[in-house]
Amino acid sequence: MRIHLTVWRQAGPNVGGRFVAYTAEEVSPDMSFLEMLDVVNEQLIKKGEEPIAFDSDCREGICGTCGFMISGIPHGSQPHTTVCQLHMRKFNDGDSFTLEPWRAKAFPVLKDLVVDRSAFDRIIQAGGYTSVNTGGAKDANNILIGKDIADAAMDSAECIGCGACVAACKNASAALFTSAKITHLSLLPQGQVERTTRVLNMVERMDTEGFGSCSYEGECEAVCPKGISLKNIATMNKEFWKAMLQS
Amino acid sequence: MALDSKIPSGPLADKWDSHKFASKLVNPANRRKHTVIIVGTGLAGASAASSLGELGYNVLSFCIQDSPRRAHSIAAQGGINAAKNYQNDGDSVYRLFYDTIKGGDYRAREANVYRLAQSSVNIIDQCVAQGVPFAREYGGQLDNRSFGGAQVSRTFYARGQTGQQLLLGAYQSMQRQVAKGSVKQFANREMLDLVLINGQARGIIVRNLVTGQMERYVADAVCLATGGYGTVYYLSTNAVGSNVTAAWRAHKRGAFFANPCFTQIHPTCIPVSGEHQSKLTLMSESLRNDGRVWVPKTNGDKRNPADIPESERDYYLERKYPSFGNLVPRDVASRNAKQVCDDGRGVGESGLAVYLDFKDAIQRLGHDVVAGRYGNLFEMYEKIAGEDPYTSPMRMYPAIHYTMGGLWVDYNLMSNVQGLHVLGEANFSDHGANRLGASALMQGLADGYFVIPYTLAHYIAGTKVEKVTTDHDAFKEAEDNVQQRINKLLAVKGSKTPRALHRELGQVMWDNVGMARTDASLKDALAKIPKLREEFWQNVSVPGDQNNLNKNLEYAGRVADYLEFAELLALDALTRTESCGGHFREESQTPEGEAQRDDDNFTHVSAWEFQGVGQKPNLHKEPLVFEEVHPSQRSYK
Repeated sequence: MRIHLTVWRQAGPNVGGRFVAYTAEEVSPDMSFLEMLDVVNEQLIKKGEEPIAFDSDCREGICGTCGFMISGIPHGSQPHTTVCQLHMRKFNDGDSFTLEPWRAKAFPVLKDLVVDRSAFDRIIQAGGYTSVNTGGAKDANNILIGKDIADAAMDSAECIGCGACVAACKNASAALFTSAKITHLSLLPQGQVERTTRVLNMVERMDTEGFGSCSYEGECEAVCPKGISLKNIATMNKEFWKAMLQS
Repeated sequence: MALDSKIPSGPLADKWDSHKFASKLVNPANRRKHTVIIVGTGLAGASAASSLGELGYNVLSFCIQDSPRRAHSIAAQGGINAAKNYQNDGDSVYRLFYDTIKGGDYRAREANVYRLAQSSVNIIDQCVAQGVPFAREYGGQLDNRSFGGAQVSRTFYARGQTGQQLLLGAYQSMQRQVAKGSVKQFANREMLDLVLINGQARGIIVRNLVTGQMERYVADAVCLATGGYGTVYYLSTNAVGSNVTAAWRAHKRGAFFANPCFTQIHPTCIPVSGEHQSKLTLMSESLRNDGRVWVPKTNGDKRNPADIPESERDYYLERKYPSFGNLVPRDVASRNAKQVCDDGRGVGESGLAVYLDFKDAIQRLGHDVVAGRYGNLFEMYEKIAGEDPYTSPMRMYPAIHYTMGGLWVDYNLMSNVQGLHVLGEANFSDHGANRLGASALMQGLADGYFVIPYTLAHYIAGTKVEKVTTDHDAFKEAEDNVQQRINKLLAVKGSKTPRALHRELGQVMWDNVGMARTDASLKDALAKIPKLREEFWQNVSVPGDQNNLNKNLEYAGRVADYLEFAELLALDALTRTESCGGHFREESQTPEGEAQRDDDNFTHVSAWEFQGVGQKPNLHKEPLVFEEVHPSQRSYK
């Protein structure tokens, strides 16, 4: 297969960027999208040119490191698939794609397709945990949790923090990411003690980091590689208003 | 130099308790005056950072990823062992200890392993308190499964994403400390040298991977939790960013490297599809609980698997190992897969694969139960291989997965370099020559949550360190050393990419130092590696400069280190002429083709001391003493 790429190239954080066209030759259908970019980069390096910078690590869809826009869609057009798991057999010879980094005020571009997502860490720092120190935990089976509740908590906890939800949102809202953690912990007995302060602090931090508001378009859910449900945002809002009334 | 493992005296079951009591403590008010560097934020690093932060130490945490949450522990699928005996099926701390020692083929320290088994029960309690959503029974209790060669159900799991959930638990605890100010987090930093002052590990040199600037950090002690070296084989199940650099640079500063030839090959990975392949994907070992492994009975049978009748299939693991069947340990399963493929009975286009079949499980349990257990794994397989495991069997082949070897540490997890502690996969201590499934998560968290808080306090309380700043000459010397290496990499301006050279190294390692090793193959590797290294330094291409984000420069540095480290791995494998666990020397096997240990000559840890690149390292032996368990020939028949 031959694939045509138009790629955002930007040398550093505070400089302008531009689109550059590349062609990937002899693309095997068994390659992942990132393996195709590896091959393009190999060619660039051999020519002494700087390869396209993009993030990736585990390449099995769980670390959340990779991700960029493929023709306007975060991680590309396959549902529930990170770009490292997107395989070229889903495409046709001669296809063209435009690759861009996540675009969001809270995710400044560092280089080419790489952005700074440290704002997500700071949202977790605002309360995405249970305040228990190491040692002194009681026997695990003293906390009984129904299978349905544990499964629902797991559905939310599966978020990989890749940032696709922010990139897909016209408001660059981090509501899906933030609500997934709030929902996970609010469902479980262990998360009850700090339930009120957690939601208030995390939502506030989400706002101060420069993420936009949620206007329920559902773009985030549509592109989420882990299928995190929009229901999490409803839960977050419910938790938020309950907390506001209580505090 | 004699290696002192500092194993406490007394009965095995009491060693850790009495050691904790004998260890010195640091007064709570004084802890913030002590700075600790922790490199790596996987299960070991993140759990250590949060625990030490909670205790009040001033913790500096570093990782190469853009967030600590992305460390490679996140990819672990199957589960974590703990001797809870919740299933009333005969498990105990002693049994977990025994299984781990035996599974490691009697090449691990008894005292360390016993402590690991003891800590395992606390880990589950801790993780549940953090809100880790482990799988549950309908009555609300924790669910368990049997895993990788264990005859009891002691594995706790969170769907097929146990590593992710445990890591996020540790990460969240760590973020809580970051918010409190007791942990300072430095993401996008790569440790490139260890700084020694008066023989003590006192700091590190890191490169800021975004700005390219060199940075110096000083501390009272340094902990490395930087993972394993599986990517020396190029293709492995490790993340593409995993590397040996931090451990290797510490080795070059004097830390001994122990048992590097103990590498683990995981039997169930998705086979290689072509040269473009950048990594291999593991399919959890838990699949072998319900999947049946088979190949056609006849050589070169290329029929569609559905067209091969039962009578013409060889369920070779069930046939050869009736009591363990498909659940034999990883090394045994891997070697058997290689053997049937070498015999010409492999399946798939390359002939380098065996079937893992769920047809019977689906018939017995129903589609929904199988989907509930393995749904996400089946989905993952379908994405990568383009085939649906519900209707046709998975194709599997072994791949490098974990490395049991690592920097030598004593019972306190301290290396032979004073103040340098090593945690998790980066150390060598607990898994011997073969790690059991679901034990890596256990070890990483045991080291970080429950061992290092005690042993590091003992070190800090009992050690005088000179007051220094990063202006000390030792920092300048180390930074210059790092800078020179980077200058050298940028100056070559050759025509080969680091990836191409890495791929060549990986091929040499897989062919010669892989699943089956011989005197000749290892000597061949030892002849080829220095040549590749020479070629690297004459012909590598690293475009761009160092003063910004340059992933190719980072990668080139890691490949350069692998080209030095690979030689040590091969030499260790050559020196250890016995077979044990994951280290299989063809010259040393039983008549049935199983690994044949040589206890008279090799009941020891091989700890290597660096003497210079291309120079033969010095070998130090730490004898292994078995007081509780008597080494026997492993048998899974």
